[in-house]
Amino acid sequence: MEDLSDLYQEIILAHNKRPRNGEPLIPCTHQAEGFNPLCGDKLTVYLRKPDEQVNEIACKTEGCAISRASGSIMTTMIQGKTVNEIGKLIEETKALLTGDEEPEIDLVQHGEMAALVGVRKFPARVKCATLAWHALESALKGAMEATTE
Amino acid sequence: MKEDTDLRKDFPILNQEINGKPLIYLDNAATTQKPQAVIDRLSDFLSKENANIHRGVHYLSMNATTLYDEARTCVANFINADHNDEIIFVRGATEAINLVARSFCNERLEPGDEILITEMEHHANIVPWQLIAGENGSRVVPAPITDEGETDLDQFESLLNERTKLVAFVHVSNALGTINPAKEMVEIAHRKGIPVLIDGAQAVAHQEVDVQDLGCDFYVFSSHKIFGPDGLGVLYGRKDLLNKMTPYQGGGDMIEIVSFDGTTFRPSPERFEAGTPNISGAIGLKAAIDYVTNIGWETIHKKESLLMNHANKLLGEIPSIKLVGTAENKVPVLSFTIDSVHPHDIATILDTKGIAVRAGHHCAQPLMKRLGLSATTRASLTFYNTVDEINQLTETLKEICALFES
Ligand SMILES: Cc1ncc(COP(=O)(O)O)c(C=O)c1O
Repeated sequence: MEDLSDLYQEIILAHNKRPRNGEPLIPCTHQAEGFNPLCGDKLTVYLRKPDEQVNEIACKTEGCAISRASGSIMTTMIQGKTVNEIGKLIEETKALLTGDEEPEIDLVQHGEMAALVGVRKFPARVKCATLAWHALESALKGAMEATTE
Repeated sequence: MKEDTDLRKDFPILNQEINGKPLIYLDNAATTQKPQAVIDRLSDFLSKENANIHRGVHYLSMNATTLYDEARTCVANFINADHNDEIIFVRGATEAINLVARSFCNERLEPGDEILITEMEHHANIVPWQLIAGENGSRVVPAPITDEGETDLDQFESLLNERTKLVAFVHVSNALGTINPAKEMVEIAHRKGIPVLIDGAQAVAHQEVDVQDLGCDFYVFSSHKIFGPDGLGVLYGRKDLLNKMTPYQGGGDMIEIVSFDGTTFRPSPERFEAGTPNISGAIGLKAAIDYVTNIGWETIHKKESLLMNHANKLLGEIPSIKLVGTAENKVPVLSFTIDSVHPHDIATILDTKGIAVRAGHHCAQPLMKRLGLSATTRASLTFYNTVDEINQLTETLKEICALFES
């Protein structure tokens, strides 16, 4: 089975099956939707961020395993971080998933997101992995919607 | 009659590996692969015979004109049109529908009028009507389908009324494989004097089409879905209707006399073929039709029903697979869902095994909504597929279920 595909690692399958922080966070201070019109993936990111720190985050995803896992892992990485720290995480994740250069995986730096690096080999699926992060970016900016387009 | 292993050899693209595995091409509803005969014909034409048509008195131009006309005759015979002039070459099924919306409907639609379609249409048979209806204050009405994916004929009939100016429906559904009872639906509409367009994009590669027997007023299809080149499609229209329609686009070849006081137009088909058409495409389509005709429908049907029965049986044995579209009368299109796995994940994993399928809404969002789904995975078969390919599809699907359900 391990040859089935590098993309569908156990970590991804586990997050897909039981996403962390997957229920809407209501009330919240910031919220943004992500939508991929090509495949119909749809998610909402909720934040409780009274000041510079995100105290709580949730990501509710209707979509494929890649988008669900990415959103779920993201929530576990963001909780308790400051806006500056999150900005850096977003950049690191984008470089990991879409950067021109083959990334060097650093398990401390990338955490469970490293499991999604396999998506680089599937150009049609990269947007599934980045969708939650785009929505997070929009939520922080106070925008209400992010798309992958 | 050729054995089917020989037929498979006619398609050079099938003989390759994808992701280190032999290609299993099950996306024939998106586009079909091209037999060597079509590839060679295109190559020959471009290497030795290329010229513009209708314009030169030189040998190559006259020869290309003859070849282009022969392609038209070939298509007319293939769908049993009464006249060659009833065959118009366009860019694809989509353009053919847009042409009818512009040139036929535009002048006939008044505020409050209706165009009746069905819930199982491809976006190509929805959006052009919405655009034209939006400009005229008329509207597009969908006839309901059953949960099995068949048109509800009683409701279809009851939705026809004196405001209905056109009926347009898919002959064979790309998302479900359903074969609509086209002849009966035409009769129902004609009893009320309403003209009918049939979207045959998915029909022509699977069954004999006889437009006179169907009785339809318009029929459209695309060359690329019947083993021919892309960028070419066919609009069949009844001659008496075509010659009363306004041109679709203006330009060279479609005119009689051009002056700054006014211009007069040639009859069909030239009236609707402004500018230099897709000459090589038409010649390639003729090669594809000759190829299909040569195999014969009997061989194609036999192979396709063998494949469909086998696939239905094997997929039916996997408890977590739900088949979507279980009409009695179907072409070998298998749309399905697996409860715990998103269609895009299924398609990506199948791709790693060299198996090409389509996942998504299949350009039929209203149909997906009607069925309460956001997407399905679709394996669409044709005569060059094999029982072994279906076995491999099924084995991989079982692995996927196990992986996601563990
Ligand atoms: C039922 C149906 N109608 C129309 C079309 C449009 O065909 P084309 O994209 O070749 O114009 C398709 C293509 O997928 C189809 O399946």
